[in-house]
Amino acid sequence: MHEWALAEAVVSAASKLAGERGLGKITLVKIKVGELQQIDLEVFKFALSQIAEKLLPEAGFEISVERAEFRCRACGRTWRFRGEELDPEIREAIHVIPEVAHAFLRCPRCGSPDFEVVKGRGVWIESIVGEKSG
Amino acid sequence: MIDPRLSVIDERLGRIKRLIAVASGKGGVGKSLIASTLALILSEKGFRAGLMDLDFTNPSTHLILGAESAYPLEDKGVVPPKVRGVSYTSISFFTGGKPSPLRGEDVTNAFIEILALTRWGDLDYLVIDTPPGMGDALLDLLRLIKRVGFLVVSTPSRLSLETIKKLIEILRSVRAQVIGVVENMASAEMKSIRGEVEELGERYLGSISFDPEVEEAIGNPDKLLGIRFAEDLRKVADKLV
Repeated sequence: MHEWALAEAVVSAASKLAGERGLGKITLVKIKVGELQQIDLEVFKFALSQIAEKLLPEAGFEISVERAEFRCRACGRTWRFRGEELDPEIREAIHVIPEVAHAFLRCPRCGSPDFEVVKGRGVWIESIVGEKSG
Repeated sequence: MIDPRLSVIDERLGRIKRLIAVASGKGGVGKSLIASTLALILSEKGFRAGLMDLDFTNPSTHLILGAESAYPLEDKGVVPPKVRGVSYTSISFFTGGKPSPLRGEDVTNAFIEILALTRWGDLDYLVIDTPPGMGDALLDLLRLIKRVGFLVVSTPSRLSLETIKKLIEILRSVRAQVIGVVENMASAEMKSIRGEVEELGERYLGSISFDPEVEEAIGNPDKLLGIRFAEDLRKVADKLV
């Protein structure tokens, strides 16, 4: 489960951010997760709580999921990601490296592989809330 | 918004003693063969060696290593499988042999994802096979992995030589380490580039003769290690370790 690796990245980045901003403690980390990442939210939340125990003991985590949307660069068509319609192996591959969607998905109108992920990719820290030290 | 993946890259690579990127600027000079065989040779010498294929749109190291069926283990990240002793990762694990046409932004994202997720553990050497060109993959490599050294590959051809001159100029301009130049596909009929390399002030690490047996050895690491190509590359590897 690479949810743990992503959770580790979130805690590490939030902790560095706290240092840069002179925050003694962090009370809330708002995270946006792209649908394309197909993260198991329960595993992710559990991993965050476990990893944060030492580094950010007082932090809560608020997670929102952004629907994934693609736009074809060839014909302009936009469409949504429908992971449930894909083979489990393909879903798993996109789960690990979302860019491999370009190997498996095509524009539903013109068949082009040249599309962009307009939204719904990656894991992002939207904001952190904390208290200044000293 | 902050991309948290960037904050763990140094840590993920932290237990790797030395990172060697095999680069040339030009395609078809044997980078992937040299990168794959170098990783095998380093492992053969008793070092803990890894290989990362950075050529996302046209990976080939899995074919060279005969690792088409290798797949990483997911354990709090992605743990590279071992292929003949070499810890190995490639986007080919996930594309199932299908073409993956990626634009620059996608290349960058895939690279960051692999760097953030892969748990290499303790390695003496990580060899990185880079794609041709001086585009996104090279620029990302320079941006994201500060302590990488570059093993530059050229053939005796003037076209290849002119390209590596540009590559070396770029690497120098960002103060990246150039380990030296390997001359691949050398033959008695072609003039060696040794003089030009030394004139550039770079280390000429040796030449690898054109070996027609390479084609037959693709996909079979044992065979690959037994041909003249590997014999010549071992002499280069001796200068690296």
